[in-house]
Amino acid sequence: MKIALAGNPNSGKTTIFNLLTGLNQKVANFPGVTVDKKIGKCLLANNMEHPPFGRTEVDIIDLPGAYSLNPKTIDEQITHQIICDTKNADYPDLTVIVADATNLKRNLFFATQIIDLGKPCVLVLNMMDEVENQKIEINGSALSEMLGIAVVPVSARKNTGIENLKKILSSNISPPTKSITRELTNSTTNSQPEETIARYKKISEIIKQCVQQPTEPVAETFTNKLDNIFTHKFFGFIVFLAILFLIFQCVFTFAAYPMKFIEWAFVQCSVWLSSVLPTGILSDLIVNGIVAGLSGIVVFVPQIAFLFAFIAILEDTGYMARVSFMFDKLMRKFGLNGRSVIPLISGAACAIPAIMATRTIGNWKERMITILVIPLMSCSARIPVYTLLISMVVPDDKLFGIFNEQGLVLMALYVIGFVAAIGSAMVFKYLLKSKERSFFVMEMPVYRSPRWASVGLIIYEKVKVFLFEAGKIIIAVSIILWALSSFGPNSPTPDPSPKGRGISTQPSSLISSPSGRSGGASLENSYAGIIGKSIEPAIAPLGFDWKIGIALITSFAAREVFVGTMATIYSVENPDNSISIREKMINEINPKTGEKLYSRAVGFSLMLFYAFALQCMSTIAIVYRETKHWKWAALQFVYMSALAYCASFLVYQIMK
Amino acid sequence: MKTVAQLHIGETAVIDKFTDNFLSLKLLEMGCLPGEKIKLKRIAPLGDPLMVSISGYSLTLRKSEAETILVITH
Repeated sequence: MKIALAGNPNSGKTTIFNLLTGLNQKVANFPGVTVDKKIGKCLLANNMEHPPFGRTEVDIIDLPGAYSLNPKTIDEQITHQIICDTKNADYPDLTVIVADATNLKRNLFFATQIIDLGKPCVLVLNMMDEVENQKIEINGSALSEMLGIAVVPVSARKNTGIENLKKILSSNISPPTKSITRELTNSTTNSQPEETIARYKKISEIIKQCVQQPTEPVAETFTNKLDNIFTHKFFGFIVFLAILFLIFQCVFTFAAYPMKFIEWAFVQCSVWLSSVLPTGILSDLIVNGIVAGLSGIVVFVPQIAFLFAFIAILEDTGYMARVSFMFDKLMRKFGLNGRSVIPLISGAACAIPAIMATRTIGNWKERMITILVIPLMSCSARIPVYTLLISMVVPDDKLFGIFNEQGLVLMALYVIGFVAAIGSAMVFKYLLKSKERSFFVMEMPVYRSPRWASVGLIIYEKVKVFLFEAGKIIIAVSIILWALSSFGPNSPTPDPSPKGRGISTQPSSLISSPSGRSGGASLENSYAGIIGKSIEPAIAPLGFDWKIGIALITSFAAREVFVGTMATIYSVENPDNSISIREKMINEINPKTGEKLYSRAVGFSLMLFYAFALQCMSTIAIVYRETKHWKWAALQFVYMSALAYCASFLVYQIMK
Repeated sequence: MKTVAQLHIGETAVIDKFTDNFLSLKLLEMGCLPGEKIKLKRIAPLGDPLMVSISGYSLTLRKSEAETILVITH
């Protein structure tokens, strides 16, 4: 048996879904669109009248929130398709309509539309605890009588009424006995707006008989007081900045510990593996291809978990709606939406969870633009590259006696990333065509305390999606990169030493070169090395030599791999471990000019290249997953590479 | 005739009719019905969008969207 949960957004549908199914749920996508399709299993006691006794398992599907059966958003379209089309694979045997009982009038609009389909359904009056707090009185049996279906009062937050709901779901439910549409067709309504008005008129009559409401709702005044601060002209922005500060502190500081631990664990694992496994291609593939690729994925998990914990809390409490409200005007100028603010800022930690967070943007065009520009925000993976290069080419001096020059350059790189993101968004605003009309008619939910169980579920789901969906692609690319840097035309077998050459997705220490890398010479003769040399003419105008070329290719796995690759290359040329990589790079002489290779011009050119280029296969994988088209990932890669090339070219040519 | 965009903060008016067909259906479904009281609750810090109170809950809409709702003030 299939049961569908339908209802308005913010009606608590998902909480009821979580209570019914627990962890027995899986998230998939509806075909062709990136709207979450949540399906779970629930055990119901068998109907006592129909032996055998025991329990039956039913499938429960959580439909996307909708306000009516005349779809205006993708979410509403999917809900419409499933409950109206009897041939749909997910067509339910029973529909459970979830209504926010504190706002019954608007919730009943969609509810009565479903009732009018004439198929078995049940109405759940959710948030009964708040109904009591607000001193609203609802006569459930009178409502059931007037609507012609069973009505179940529930409080999902307080977990009351769920057992009763399960009992009713396991009984035989007959189709509704009433229909407003039937009553309406008797009168003269022909257009949709007229039908809407007439339906609301009927609902008002029902409400008048079943609901007694005090004049000013209690939750409203509490929400009002909070909004006086949170959407205030001055304090609103202060609160927003404070919340951002907190998020960044957690994502950068707290997430750093588990990330360091994961990196350490993977290093231990690969050391152990290479000591246990016999030397050969296979063990090299496992250690330098698969384990290195895996660590590159798993290391992102703490950041994803932290960021989604915050996003889930901001969403659940209702604060996210306020952020959209405050920033909509500003973001609209750049072809973005008020809801783009949090994903964009999250991009400064990591583009992957940020792109996953764009799902809350309802408008297709605005969502695509947000996805396209997010990777321009300076993510944490650029920090190792920036710090290495800045320490090489920017003197550790004070500007005007107070500002540290190195710090200023780092800050400038962040600003450049942000300006580039906003600027590109503006360009895409004119390039992308969309028939969908952007509107902001949106419900502003009242503030509520977050439901920790659902925050936990969201973290669990997002981490799972990242590990298994994007992970597949990342592993595949890791193996390709491993092959490119391990094999060459003259060396049909890779260096037998497992720590020989190749890329390591672990960012290597900046201070000392990793010891034990001995066979790096083969990197020069590998396909990666050949590609590095063959692209040298193309990157020479940017000031890059073939060694940087190899790093550009290998760091496609992840930006911080640049540092590791440089460490490998230079420790091969100069195995003296007493000199740090940084010093070896500083001492590198350009054979053509006889001057230092890493001049200011090369350093800045390289930094700008990393600021703009899409050097991150995880981002490409997640963009494909979120947009369902390679063309978006390709467009993003091409435009960002072009931007990087032009910027580096200009800077190098001007500064050299 | 006044539109919702012209109300002062805290001012209540009665919805009369709509000037945008596509938007009117969305607004009607959200409970903005002719004859219903609508109150301008607050304006976003940057001057747009607006937050109104309608049939017992809060709704946000852009200024351009609020301009399509004609109201009667007393």
